[in-house]
Amino acid sequence: MTAATAPRRLAARPFAARLLVIAILLVIWEIAARWFVDPLFLAPPSKVALGIGSVFATKGVPAAVGVTLLEVSAAFAIAVAAGLAVGLTLGLNDFSRRSFMPMVLLLYGLPQITILPLFVLYFGIGPASKIAFGVTHGTFPIIVTVVAGVQNIKPILLVSARAMGAGPWQTFRHVIFPHMIPSFFTGMRLGMTGVLLGVLLAELYVSTAGIGYFTTLFTQNFDPTRLLGLVGTLAAMAIVLNAMVRRLEVRFARWRDPRG
Amino acid sequence: MSPVRRRGPGRIGVRAVQLGVPVALLAIWYLATTRWGVSRILLPNPVAVAQALGHVLATGEFVADLRVTLTELAIAFAISATSGIAVGYLVSRTSFRIRAFEPLLAAIYSVPLILFLPIYVLWFGLGPPSKIALGATISFFPVVLATVAGFGNVDRMMVTAARSMGASDLQLFRFVLLPAAFPVIIAGARLGFTVALLSIIGSETLASLAGLGHKIVELSEGMEMPRMFAYIAFVVAIAAILNIAVSRLEAWGRRP
Repeated sequence: MTAATAPRRLAARPFAARLLVIAILLVIWEIAARWFVDPLFLAPPSKVALGIGSVFATKGVPAAVGVTLLEVSAAFAIAVAAGLAVGLTLGLNDFSRRSFMPMVLLLYGLPQITILPLFVLYFGIGPASKIAFGVTHGTFPIIVTVVAGVQNIKPILLVSARAMGAGPWQTFRHVIFPHMIPSFFTGMRLGMTGVLLGVLLAELYVSTAGIGYFTTLFTQNFDPTRLLGLVGTLAAMAIVLNAMVRRLEVRFARWRDPRG
Repeated sequence: MSPVRRRGPGRIGVRAVQLGVPVALLAIWYLATTRWGVSRILLPNPVAVAQALGHVLATGEFVADLRVTLTELAIAFAISATSGIAVGYLVSRTSFRIRAFEPLLAAIYSVPLILFLPIYVLWFGLGPPSKIALGATISFFPVVLATVAGFGNVDRMMVTAARSMGASDLQLFRFVLLPAAFPVIIAGARLGFTVALLSIIGSETLASLAGLGHKIVELSEGMEMPRMFAYIAFVVAIAAILNIAVSRLEAWGRRP
């Protein structure tokens, strides 16, 4: 093996090729930021990476990230509980599903961002408005997937469960619930995406304590190093949160996958 | 859960509920503002909102903001659709490239990219360019992922058959790849359009000088509640019209 073929063999792995492209982009960014772009607007990635320490040393930033994570967790918990309750109510009753599902889909399709100022008016500029806006973004996808999951149950399973003498609770526990689990976790993933979007939109709109306050501060101070460091950290957190929920989704969908 | 469905009466009941709930909500809204003493600043009278909406529509004062928003949307979507389809096609050409880059694009798509708005405002200012850039960035991902999926999942048998019958590259693209991938790409483009609209109204709401999102914020800060509610209704209607229009276009484009 000569030295020339080693990188070529490495590039033959998809993962290595992906890293290579990311590395090339980082190098371009580094060169552009060091020599071609005004340092008031762009910081080189090496400086951003080294500056992450200074972002979190800024007074109030760790607390702000904590506040935002708390808002996301609270909004997600409420969205899951509400989405599950409404989704089961609509999914298990034919009449209520046909009556209310079109309304749910209509509301889900509305651009909720237009009513963000109202949330601030009603819930204040503190965490409550962020949690509320996260909840309205996260609940609808959970309702829709839970209803779809309950709907997909083959009627023969319900009929045979009843024929074998299962009561309503037993039917729910042993037939409906296991069938709902995979779509429920899909809903949780979509709900988490919605909650993150809602909370961050509200944070960026007006914030006194969360991360929105600091993104505004760093922007107005022309401090791209800390701005990119903070945004990059939050983006990484979003990827991790999504990956966690996705892993749960795959794990709980596994049981019915083979020849289902 | 009852497997028995009584079609006739059930359908009337469903219609009754669907009509009754909005009417009841409207009545509660009206009573809350007139009888139950809910503050006018928190919740304007629905009649006042309807009058304000009529005034906004009659005077045509919405035209300037609507034009700003629609121009931003058109430019952003043009950028994301062309670049998304071009990049998606290049990535989809070999299964190696799909395995290398599709997870990367999907991972970025899972980030709430609205986070980058402060950076875009720093780079492009408060005017339309930062909205266009953000809308184009966010809507690029659904388009590129759909294009990769569309071109990437063409039946190998079809490609081999076309090749063995002597199809040139261009013919292969025109008669095999494009027809197979088109429905998926157009679905991605529709999603991209919706996402671009939302991100543009969103970024106008968060930081801007003009546009429909900016108008709502301006009215909210001026506590002009009836006019603010009227504009919310107007923007929701515009969004609904645009979404219905692109859904029609998608259905038209998918027809065999």
